[in-house]
Amino acid sequence: MESVSDKDAGVEDLLPLSAATFHILMALAEGDRHGYGIIQDVAASTDGSLKLSTGTLYRSIQRMLEQGLIVETRERPAPDQDDERRRYYRITPFGTAVARAEARRLTQLVRLARASGFAPGKA
Amino acid sequence: MALYRALLRLYPASFRAEYGDEMGAIFARRRRDATGMLQTLAVWGEALVDVAVNAGRAHGDILRQDLAFTARTLRRSPGFALTATAVAALGIGATTAAFSITDHVLFRPLPFVQPDRLVRLWQDQGGYGHTELSPANYRDWKRMSQSFEEMGAFGGQAFNLAGGGEPERVEGQWLTVEVFRVLGVRPVLGRTFGPDDGAPGAPATMVLSHGLWQSRFGGEASVLGRPVLVDGAPHVVIGVMPPSFHFPNRDAELWISKRFVDADFADRHDTYVYGVARLKNDVSLEQARAEMRLVAARLERAFPNENARTGATVDRLRDGLSPQARLLPLALLGAAACVLLIACTNLTNLLLVRAMVRRKELAVRTALGAGRERLVRQLLTESLLLAVAGGALGVLIAASAVPVLARLVPQSLPIAETPPVDFRILAFALVLTAATGIAFGVLPALRTVGQAGVSGMQEGSRGGVGGRRERARSVLVVAVVTTSVVLLVCCGLLLRALWRVQTVDPGFRADGVLTLRTALPLPRYEITARRAQFYARVLSDVRALPGVSDAAYVSGLPMVMRGGLWAAVIPGETHEPGAQPKAALRFATPGFFAALGIPLRSGRDLRDSDSREAPFVAVVSESFARRHWPGQDPIGHSFQFGLADRTVVGVVGDVRVRGLERASEPQVYLSHQQVADSSIIGYTPKDLAIRAAGDPRALLPSVRAIIHRADPQQPISDVRLLSDIVEGETAPRRIQVRVLAAFAAVALLLAAVGLHGLLSFAVSSRAQEIGVRIALGARSAHILSMVLREALQMAAVGLMLGLVLAYTAGRGMEALLAGVRPADAATLLAATGLSAFMTLAGSLLPAVRAMHVNPIEVMRSE
Repeated sequence: MESVSDKDAGVEDLLPLSAATFHILMALAEGDRHGYGIIQDVAASTDGSLKLSTGTLYRSIQRMLEQGLIVETRERPAPDQDDERRRYYRITPFGTAVARAEARRLTQLVRLARASGFAPGKA
Repeated sequence: MALYRALLRLYPASFRAEYGDEMGAIFARRRRDATGMLQTLAVWGEALVDVAVNAGRAHGDILRQDLAFTARTLRRSPGFALTATAVAALGIGATTAAFSITDHVLFRPLPFVQPDRLVRLWQDQGGYGHTELSPANYRDWKRMSQSFEEMGAFGGQAFNLAGGGEPERVEGQWLTVEVFRVLGVRPVLGRTFGPDDGAPGAPATMVLSHGLWQSRFGGEASVLGRPVLVDGAPHVVIGVMPPSFHFPNRDAELWISKRFVDADFADRHDTYVYGVARLKNDVSLEQARAEMRLVAARLERAFPNENARTGATVDRLRDGLSPQARLLPLALLGAAACVLLIACTNLTNLLLVRAMVRRKELAVRTALGAGRERLVRQLLTESLLLAVAGGALGVLIAASAVPVLARLVPQSLPIAETPPVDFRILAFALVLTAATGIAFGVLPALRTVGQAGVSGMQEGSRGGVGGRRERARSVLVVAVVTTSVVLLVCCGLLLRALWRVQTVDPGFRADGVLTLRTALPLPRYEITARRAQFYARVLSDVRALPGVSDAAYVSGLPMVMRGGLWAAVIPGETHEPGAQPKAALRFATPGFFAALGIPLRSGRDLRDSDSREAPFVAVVSESFARRHWPGQDPIGHSFQFGLADRTVVGVVGDVRVRGLERASEPQVYLSHQQVADSSIIGYTPKDLAIRAAGDPRALLPSVRAIIHRADPQQPISDVRLLSDIVEGETAPRRIQVRVLAAFAAVALLLAAVGLHGLLSFAVSSRAQEIGVRIALGARSAHILSMVLREALQMAAVGLMLGLVLAYTAGRGMEALLAGVRPADAATLLAATGLSAFMTLAGSLLPAVRAMHVNPIEVMRSE
């Protein structure tokens, strides 16, 4: 199947990222994860305010694979922790670049918000 | 768990295959972690919502990908994309146009309140079919029946409108006050008739059609309450109907109220009233029919003479169509369906060829792990996209074709001429488009995917040559040939019918005759002598115009006034009640037969001296003489006709009064002077016929001036050439033939293209074999016959099937064929010849290419 891959697309073309995508990238930044691990990570880091449903997760993963933000990895953690059925995902350098660009964009946005008095802190 | 697995089936198969296990595992784990009933329920609830939302989105993701991919591949082959779109547009356009007509004429509810409750009432004269009602029978039916909420009567009439602008002749209807209530339609302005309208002493009232309101009264609201002269008497305008209101047909432009008076009920033989009624909500059509049979039987016992063998017929208003009028839209739809079928078949073929070309690409994608389902989806998306483009174009084609086809909409229904292209039609086109896209996409998609295995990648592999695949494509070509033969034969049969009707002798010479109508208004012209003065003055001046050879007035021209029958009482003949012989009565001025070119067989024409003081005379048609005085000289015989005793003074040829396609009753012509004042007033001569050398239309200004001098208030209407009237008889047939011919031409063209495509592909994929044969010394003639044999075999099978189906179709539309037999040899031969020609045309290029295969080149390429 020829995919409608956007691997060649520039970093900027993918911005802004959806909340789910950004959180998945952030979860993977700490190391390879399987699907359920991502869900738990995201829930933990947002204090439970963002609960990814399985459908949303795997639709995002499918798209992110096509976009080249992540890859499925064949290296598994230690065998005793491994559940054979699970697929592990790893962030790619391109994914890292995109996540950084998104973070920059958001920082910029927050700076602007401060300047207009919408957010606390120094402008 | 099984339940969750089932839920996952809502996702696209490829997505499920990839992530289903993972999702199942996560779900299982969540359920394990859940403690208590409430949490378990929550897990399930979340899962349900999740699937509901994301399954749809996952399908959307794939559709977006497939569309983008399809758009890219189609851009790479614009020739294919354009051809496929055009073919789909032709099929969908033709079918949508045909459907809009069929739906309009046969299925769409009439624009009245609860239209399925509306019925028409007819008298049933045993053996004579439906006739109008007599006012007395109408009155009694209304009084004696319980089945109807309301019953009303109406009748057609043309009116002279005067005051405010040129005098004008308008078609209208008189209605009893119940009719608008029966129909249940509200006016856009003012009111419709109430109980007081038409009452003795009340001012005469009328309701305008939207069209007349716009054209003559400028669409001004102030028209309400304004008196307008209708046939010389003032009528107050009380209302304007909406544009969609037509009753009883689309000719009527105004409606005046009428109330029967005692004198109207005197003669039960005098049938001129149309009945319309609304069934009560709890009464079925069958119950109403049963009741009316009883009512008619009681009336027959009460009036054994007048109502002898007089039954009552109740039909739905929707069904007021002749079998021909009903058949025509269906035939049209059938023809369109043939075109659509051919289009789909050709598209299937196109896609198969394309899939053949792309088989390596598809095989590569399969090898890379794209599942069958994804490939089928991708290919179906492509065919649907093509269908949607074709459908959009097709709707445009339909919208522009509908006004042309609208001339096939029969007059006899209360509907507009042009069917609306509205939501209903668009919905039909949409469904048709989807069905078309799937129909022509599914076979290629399944076949392609089924074969896109490893074999596709082998170098030099020839998927599609020989075997099953070739056979499937041959079947498609045979189907196209079959369908085009059916269309050809049907078109040929209709053409033959048209020719047959056109060669019917109308009984008069139509060339070089100008006709127009001056309907003399009553009561101004109810005195016979006063009318005679008008005729004499007009005719003598017209005859003096240069080039005019004859001119005359008559009650009604043939094919314009089709009925007008009176009972003839011949001394010595006895008939059962209700079986009295009838003849068409016409009053005429002298010179009528010469003006129309009706041959005088014996005796003399009517004369100016045939006045009220002279003996009453009649000129009869040959069939009248033959029927009543067989083997005798009819001149000098007397009979009772038109309220007087008349003596035959002349015999003329028969005329097709009822039109070219129907048998006509015998005719009797009477002197316009020999009728009592205000008697038989509906037969007052009003049609003027002028025979002249050169173009008779050039006379019109002078004739207008002459009539204006004779009576300045007299409007002139219906200016036509007699030849146009005769031609009008065959107009619907000519349109039928033209439409079917267009369909047949498209079908033939597509069939040739399909054949060409198949043979081209066969030749190019057998190039190696052909090359070997040539290298081994096969002669060109041999190669040629090898290719042609294939084409001819397919064409022959298609032809045989087509002829059988066409015969069946011909039997089905015999009512339209004017006596031409469905197995008409000339038509079948012509269709066979055309199919043979089409086969040769389609196979010529591939055959020539086969002869020029270069053996060295094809061998090297392997």
